Amino acid sequence: MYDTNLVLGGKEFTSRLIVGTGKYSSLDVMRDAHEASGTEIITVAVRRVSLPSGESILDYIDTKRFTLLPNTAGCYTADEAVRTCYLAREAGLGEMVKLEVIGDQRTLFPDVQGLLEATKTLARDGFIVMPYSNDDPVMARKLQDAGAACVMPLGAPIGSGLGIRNPYNIKIILESVTVPVIVDAGVGTASDAAIAMELGCDGVLMNTAIAGSRDAVAMAKAMKLAVEAGRLAYKAGRIGKKLYATASSPLEGLPDWTS
Amino acid sequence: MTTSIQTAAPMEGARPFVSITISVNGKPMEIAAGTTVEGLLTLLNVKREYTAVAVNRDITPKSTYTAVTLSDGDKVEIVRPMGGG
Repeated sequence: MYDTNLVLGGKEFTSRLIVGTGKYSSLDVMRDAHEASGTEIITVAVRRVSLPSGESILDYIDTKRFTLLPNTAGCYTADEAVRTCYLAREAGLGEMVKLEVIGDQRTLFPDVQGLLEATKTLARDGFIVMPYSNDDPVMARKLQDAGAACVMPLGAPIGSGLGIRNPYNIKIILESVTVPVIVDAGVGTASDAAIAMELGCDGVLMNTAIAGSRDAVAMAKAMKLAVEAGRLAYKAGRIGKKLYATASSPLEGLPDWTS
Repeated sequence: MTTSIQTAAPMEGARPFVSITISVNGKPMEIAAGTTVEGLLTLLNVKREYTAVAVNRDITPKSTYTAVTLSDGDKVEIVRPMGGG
């Protein structure tokens, strides 16, 4: 079936699954999971180098094949997040950024005010801004207006594995913006990713669901299939929901068994 | 009894060795005055690929590593990509 590509800031991607690099049992497992996921975009954090500097995570990522997506995880103000993006760009990690401005340590919910401010600044400075946001359609539109290349509402708190907690809000967000909608955070297993895609989302971003599973490589493959299955089901157009049965077999032509 | 430390007399016109204290990724470090960002990275044996430096909150572009001289009290941050989601 024909499908369009995922377009982010003018760059086109075939895969609609974005994966992370955190919390894997080993870097070898991470590399194999990336491969199995079929992903084209991989998120990384930006942190102080350990001195003396040893093995780099980028020894395990083919940067010619994958697009790196540095994040601003751990930033609690717009200023910190913006500076982190500048550092990432200077480090040669590109201009696509996963923008996080965290507002609360326990839930890791975004500080949408700071997020909006940072989005404006970074979009103006030529970044392809992918903001991690709450599932609020009004905020989604504001982020789009501020120059975001997509909006990334959470399905549930980061690392919680609770799935898509408010599919109706995600649906309204899809109707509220024209930029791609990528569910970021909350996915626990394959069906969660499929649900996001069936709703009509343009992609799913996840880390813990794969990296924290017992067999990360197998889960990566499951997520690839789930995203593809959900996307196909969305494009195919599901049937409506009804309370009572509708027979699948014809009601006429039944043999007469009465004596 | 006193211990005298033998130091070479500075050459005519040469700058005597003066050390300054800077902070590198949150840790204090003593370096020679006049050390550049380039000099610091070499001293610390930091890989240059995918690495970025900020001095006192401002990003130092790679092209200026040899031109930026560090001063006493400077706060240097050296970062690179790590695992994250």
